[in-house]
Amino acid sequence: MSTSSHSHTADAHIHHDAHHHEQGFWSKYVFSTDHKVIGIQYGVTSLLFLFLGFTLMMIMRWQLAYPGEPFPVIRFVLPIGIIGLLTMFVSGFKPSLGTTVGVLFMAMAALVWYLATGEERMPMGIMAPEYYNSLGAMHGTIMIFLGVVPLGVGAFGNYVMPLQIGAPDMAFPKLNMMSYWIYLVGGIIMVISFFVPGGAANSGWTSYPPLSEIATTGQTWWLVGMVFLITSSLLGSVNFIVTILQLRAKGLSFMKLPFFVWAQLVTSFLLLLAFPPLEAAGILQLLDRVAGTSFFLPSGLVISGEKLMNAGGGTPILWQHLFWFLAHPEVYVLILPAMGIISEIIANNTRKPLWGYKYIVYSALFIGFMSFIVWAHHMYITGMGTTISAFFQTTTMIISVPSIVILTSLAISLYGGSIRYNTAMLFALAFIPMFGIGGLTGLPLGLATSDLHLHDTYYVIGHFHYVVAPGTIFALFAGIYWWFPKLTGRTMNETLGKIHFWGSFVCMNFIFFPMLIQGMAGLSRRLYDGGEQYSHSANVIYLNEVMSIAAWVMAIFQIFFIVNVFLSMKKGKKTTDNHWEATTLEWSATTAPPLAHGNFVTLPTVYHGPYEYSVPGAKKDFTPQNEK
Amino acid sequence: MQIPYTSEHHPETGLYNAKLGIWLFLASEVMLFGALFTSYILLRMGAPTWPHGWEILNIPLATVNTVVLIASSVTMVMSWASLMMNDFKKYKMYMGITVVCGLIFLVIKGFEYAAKFEHGYFPSTNNFFATYFTLTGLHGLHVIGGIIVNAYFWGPGSKMWKTEPQRFVNRIEVAGLYWHFVDLVWIFLFPSLYLL
Ligand code: HEM
Ligand SMILES: [Cu+2]
Repeated sequence: MSTSSHSHTADAHIHHDAHHHEQGFWSKYVFSTDHKVIGIQYGVTSLLFLFLGFTLMMIMRWQLAYPGEPFPVIRFVLPIGIIGLLTMFVSGFKPSLGTTVGVLFMAMAALVWYLATGEERMPMGIMAPEYYNSLGAMHGTIMIFLGVVPLGVGAFGNYVMPLQIGAPDMAFPKLNMMSYWIYLVGGIIMVISFFVPGGAANSGWTSYPPLSEIATTGQTWWLVGMVFLITSSLLGSVNFIVTILQLRAKGLSFMKLPFFVWAQLVTSFLLLLAFPPLEAAGILQLLDRVAGTSFFLPSGLVISGEKLMNAGGGTPILWQHLFWFLAHPEVYVLILPAMGIISEIIANNTRKPLWGYKYIVYSALFIGFMSFIVWAHHMYITGMGTTISAFFQTTTMIISVPSIVILTSLAISLYGGSIRYNTAMLFALAFIPMFGIGGLTGLPLGLATSDLHLHDTYYVIGHFHYVVAPGTIFALFAGIYWWFPKLTGRTMNETLGKIHFWGSFVCMNFIFFPMLIQGMAGLSRRLYDGGEQYSHSANVIYLNEVMSIAAWVMAIFQIFFIVNVFLSMKKGKKTTDNHWEATTLEWSATTAPPLAHGNFVTLPTVYHGPYEYSVPGAKKDFTPQNEK
Repeated sequence: MQIPYTSEHHPETGLYNAKLGIWLFLASEVMLFGALFTSYILLRMGAPTWPHGWEILNIPLATVNTVVLIASSVTMVMSWASLMMNDFKKYKMYMGITVVCGLIFLVIKGFEYAAKFEHGYFPSTNNFFATYFTLTGLHGLHVIGGIIVNAYFWGPGSKMWKTEPQRFVNRIEVAGLYWHFVDLVWIFLFPSLYLL
């Protein structure tokens, strides 16, 4: 949707710049090799996937709050449908923005209706246990691999990074296009897996064997989908690194790079080097499932009273090592781009240089390196022995230091600034304490003694959701509000934005803080009934309802965001190229929106650091990087 | 607007884009095969019994294959060197030999596989064969990929020599780096699967 509306503004530029040759519709918007178009494609697709992941969870949350009660399809579908119909009605069913939004809501209603009905999935309207497991596994998979990473890296990285370094495009535009399409195929495979016999993968996003190896066909689809996603990220990361190392504008030395670019660089290295072991693991699991090998299956396995007829000799722990070798660096893939976005916004809105830029950069590099040697802190209860466990506890404590350095630097950056409280900044400000909670609650998980109690409880779920939901997702929202004027030449509505922010901020905490409490009481994660049958959870079980209601209310506040995006694209206030009076190249050296094909009229030359705000003696309170 | 450093070297890194790109790609390949080798070591160490490769696998055939693959790496370098010396005819010849060597490798591998199947050895037989088929199979896929690329540069892709010679030489260099890597993987696979 946003691609086509973006096209109007882009078109306008085509007419201004007669020297830009006309391209056909397909090569311009669909099979485009322009990093900006690809960035938008990534953005739209990943937002839709985020939405799907959230929808799955909204349905699950009914089962958690009211286990065993039939899902009230009408109560969920009707309001969404009515909003859709009303919007279409108000816009007179003509092909217009309003109608598009209406259609979108109608589609959403149909999706919820599909997911929450059907004899196999919801017998008598009550969620089947296997289906609960599918929803949970796919929620995790979709949120991480199809939502947050493609949004933070594929969309923001692709769109912003080349502009920030003054490059005409990515180093390999065709690979860039391929990377998007392979990602899309991977995503479609994941979605199709909901329709195969037995439903989608249901062994958690971690796919631990032996469970995952005896699971229904959905797991095979999951593995094939993952191979596509890994291939896509491989192409993307090679492209990012080469672009950053080779295509920086004249004068843009490494220590003049905006931190966002650094974050993308480290992230790309993580994707490049951490994903292949998961690919290897995926291949081995696939062979276990389809070729009868026993890489992850021990000898003498008995399932439902029957001995499994396989050669045996494998070990499930091997999978865990290979999986976490990726999945720990993956959390930094989720968080580093977010930190990059936040740094840009905070420096600009405090009108001060980023405090400790150098330390932030070194910390990011150190995180990148360390994240490869902490993975087994997810495996303390496998009984790997005290020596190995001591090693991983130590590295885990060490890696928490640079994260704290970054967060502290961001917080100190606020000190003494005259802060502009726009929506992007509000999200950025909220990021600091929310990510802080996420990070600090991680420390007890990094120490074997406390982890024995907390492992696989809702405490873990609470911990990492604080990192990724009010943490990373807030940063991604901030980024959307922040770069919207560059994308479209218009600003987003501040009132709608603030309603969106405060609503989400309050709800997020009502969703995730109770999880920490439940987890400390010992309530396990991945429980089909939310822990109802356990006496030790009796005191905290009421929180399930609180969390569910908060999740549904939060969905309502997202409507303000959706409406805001569409409304502002058409009717938002027109603005200048450098709406925020920022210093980095994407604001001062390009037009808004950037040229339809190509980025700069002439490639910029850089003279200044990335955050020269309020420099004493300067003409203005900001000095663009490319100004002499 | 033209992308800088597609064929000329970057002053700081000393590389053109594709060369840096292929090095990064190979780094990720090292992680892929590294993970598989590690799995192999762990499985073997954890197993109560594990057959010796030389008891079951065909060492003469694998030795021939090793020689063939090393030869193809040499001719790959020669094809690139020929282009550097402006000798397109020689390039064609050496690249042709490289492709043929790759094919010979695959054919021999095919015979090896067929013999195993005939004896009733499959990936599902035990973890020794599971590892053997997985590692050599994945390596075989890499060989196939390399052959396709090299054949393309030998045939239709070589037209670029007339239009953008420097870029074409770079492409051969990049393809060569990949081919050497595939060769190198085999040099690790041969002793660790067949001789240990
Ligand atoms: C804000 C909306 C969200 C809500 C209400 C939510 C809720 C939940 C809940 C209740 C679980 C536990 C399910 C169970 O143990 O049975 C869960 C699991 C999970 N969530 Fe979320 N989540 C949200 C957003 C996210 C985001 C943004 C991400 C990632 C970027 C994410 C990633 C995961 C993962 C990886 C799991 C573990 C899945 C598994 O057990 O295999 N979630 N979520
Ligand atoms: Cu970790």
